[in-house]
Amino acid sequence: MASSSALTDSRASSSAPTRSRASSNALTRSRVRSAWMFMIPMLAVLALVAGWPLLRTIWLSFTDATLDATSNAQFIGLANYYNATWGGVLSDPMWWNSVWNTLWFMGVSVSLELVLGLALALLLNQAFRGRGLLRAAVLVPWAIPTVVSAQMWGWMLHDQFGVINDMLMTVGFISDPIAWTAGSTTAMWAVVMVDVWKTTPFMALLILTGLQMLPSDCYEAAKVDGVHPFKVFWKVTLPLLKPAIMVAVIFRALDALRIFDLIYVLTSNASSTMTMSVYARQQLVDFQDVGYGSAASTMLFLIIAVLTVAYITLGKVKLGSEGQS
Amino acid sequence: MQTFKLFTGLTGAVLLATNALSANGASAQEPVEISISCGAVGVELELCQEGADAWAEKTGNTVSLVSTPNSTTERLALYQQLLSAGAKDIDVFQIDIIWPGILGSHFIDLAPYSGGVEDKHFEAIVSTNTIDGELKAMPWFTDAGVLYYRKDLLEQYGHDVPETWAQLTDIARDIKEQERAAGNDGFWGFVFQGRAYEGLTTNALEWLDAYGAGTIVDADGEVTVNNPQAVEALTMVSGWVGDIAPEGVLNYAEEEARGVFQSGNAAFMRNWPYAWSLGNSEDSPIKGKIGVAALPKGGENGQHTGTLGGWNLAVSRYSEHPEEAADLAMYLSSQAEQRRRAIKGAYNPTINALYSDDEVLAANPFFGELHSTFVNAVARPSEVVGRSYNRVSNAFWNATHSVLSGAVGADEALEGLEGSLNRIKRGGW
Repeated sequence: MASSSALTDSRASSSAPTRSRASSNALTRSRVRSAWMFMIPMLAVLALVAGWPLLRTIWLSFTDATLDATSNAQFIGLANYYNATWGGVLSDPMWWNSVWNTLWFMGVSVSLELVLGLALALLLNQAFRGRGLLRAAVLVPWAIPTVVSAQMWGWMLHDQFGVINDMLMTVGFISDPIAWTAGSTTAMWAVVMVDVWKTTPFMALLILTGLQMLPSDCYEAAKVDGVHPFKVFWKVTLPLLKPAIMVAVIFRALDALRIFDLIYVLTSNASSTMTMSVYARQQLVDFQDVGYGSAASTMLFLIIAVLTVAYITLGKVKLGSEGQS
Repeated sequence: MQTFKLFTGLTGAVLLATNALSANGASAQEPVEISISCGAVGVELELCQEGADAWAEKTGNTVSLVSTPNSTTERLALYQQLLSAGAKDIDVFQIDIIWPGILGSHFIDLAPYSGGVEDKHFEAIVSTNTIDGELKAMPWFTDAGVLYYRKDLLEQYGHDVPETWAQLTDIARDIKEQERAAGNDGFWGFVFQGRAYEGLTTNALEWLDAYGAGTIVDADGEVTVNNPQAVEALTMVSGWVGDIAPEGVLNYAEEEARGVFQSGNAAFMRNWPYAWSLGNSEDSPIKGKIGVAALPKGGENGQHTGTLGGWNLAVSRYSEHPEEAADLAMYLSSQAEQRRRAIKGAYNPTINALYSDDEVLAANPFFGELHSTFVNAVARPSEVVGRSYNRVSNAFWNATHSVLSGAVGADEALEGLEGSLNRIKRGGW
């Protein structure tokens, strides 16, 4: 508070001569104008590649468009979302099943990735021989295209010739091969496992950049005071790292909410792993129902938007209250 | 998704540009390039290539093959995207027997090119391919689900070929247990197509039909799937996974099932006729040990059955060379070519005369024995439900899949299915 009141004082004293105020206003205006000039190309590109498809999808969700007749679609209002005769997206149990699957997947996979990614980042932040090499090697799963790694894992998890079952049986953990991607109980865990394998490096990298920007004086002070390393981690590293973690988590959470390729390759349209994106694609492409599928896509967009806004707001509130205490 | 859309958009634009460049002034006399989409299940692609090459040599044109996904469901999705964008990339499409109703509007009428030759083909298939009086596709090969069994193992353990599904379950369990006791750890009784996709619909329709439980939706469009016989059929099936069938069967399509059977790890397999010639090929571990029979009956009062499958050739309305493309389709579906495919690859001809051809019967003895199965195969309700077929089939295979995996009981699943089918119907198909 002290610093902000000082700022107000200085501003009040400097604004005394009216002539300088007028000229500073003109300067501000021209600055704002040039800022807009610089912004316009980016806004135009955004409107073209993000705004237009989004608005078109929302528009199509109010029509009965089909894949081979998007042009002569009729406006049918909110019927694709809900209507009394045949339901609509909001009364389809399969939709709510896929919403639940997506949220479950996001919660579990992002939590696991956070814990493992944090551990990995702490490890990679230590000085040891071959660190550069290891940092590069860790990124390999992240660099492989998802479709390729999903197909690769699909074969490794195969119940008849998969290497995972073979290894587990050789070691003696299981007596019969497990059909990882087929059973309704194991399929979701198989998907989570592959996703964790793939995206933990991304999480680790984001946290590692945060770690490297931490001020060293806190650690020196802790060292002088002889604080236990575990306590240093909880009381110094983690609070200081929080902004970096918040950013990493929101990146991953947004990614996880729209997951499609991994699940589609591993388990196709199976209802036990169907996510919102898989549901929307099935309606749009398999069933040719562009109107209904767009309604599902719009719902997906709304859910992601609400969760993002909630996360950012709640995250900020927390940060603010901690800053005061 | 967004990047994917952008990517397809870009590739589409590039393809259009190349097409525009190559489209300048191609006349009927000049050799043209026709592209055809062929499946790649088993030796399909090889046979298609040979047939196309023969036509190319005869006419002086060139043919390029486009291979497509093995899964029927994914292939349809690909075709829908291509056709609804009016893409000219593929001239001749290999289409499933259930698709004329969904894709018909994108294909030309082949009647002017056929010269009446379609009358020699099975009438039921020609009528499915005829939409509003237009012949949308030429029959290429037909299919019906059949039961493959290991002759040697049935003999070794003293069993007859099963007549009912209950017998099959008992025999499969017995052989599995004895083979495992003999040290064959990875051995299973029965494999089939249990993945949640169109193939499961064909399998499950056979279970229902064997018990006389109808065809999901009847000819008048009424949803009939929730009946006592259907409950009986699915209850029998619900015990299979983990007992006679591996849990992985819940994610098996045709080729995965064939992989297990052909490597000698299953006593029975439900599959299409194409697996016959592959199972008897030189490098097959079970060469000469395979028998083929009609699928079992539901019970004493049930019936032998098989779901009608098969593929047809259609010519895209957006093709730049419809005449040549139609000529290729007619050539590939001709009697001589179907005969060659039957002898070499066990693809069932759609021309009745070929079922009394000595050389065809020598290569595939079961064509004669199972002739009535192929002629009387049970059709999926694609005609009556029309454009909603994909939704109907999807609801049906999801319900069956959940019964197979043990998530819900047969009666509960069928009740739920009845509700969702009526919801899809929205008062009329």
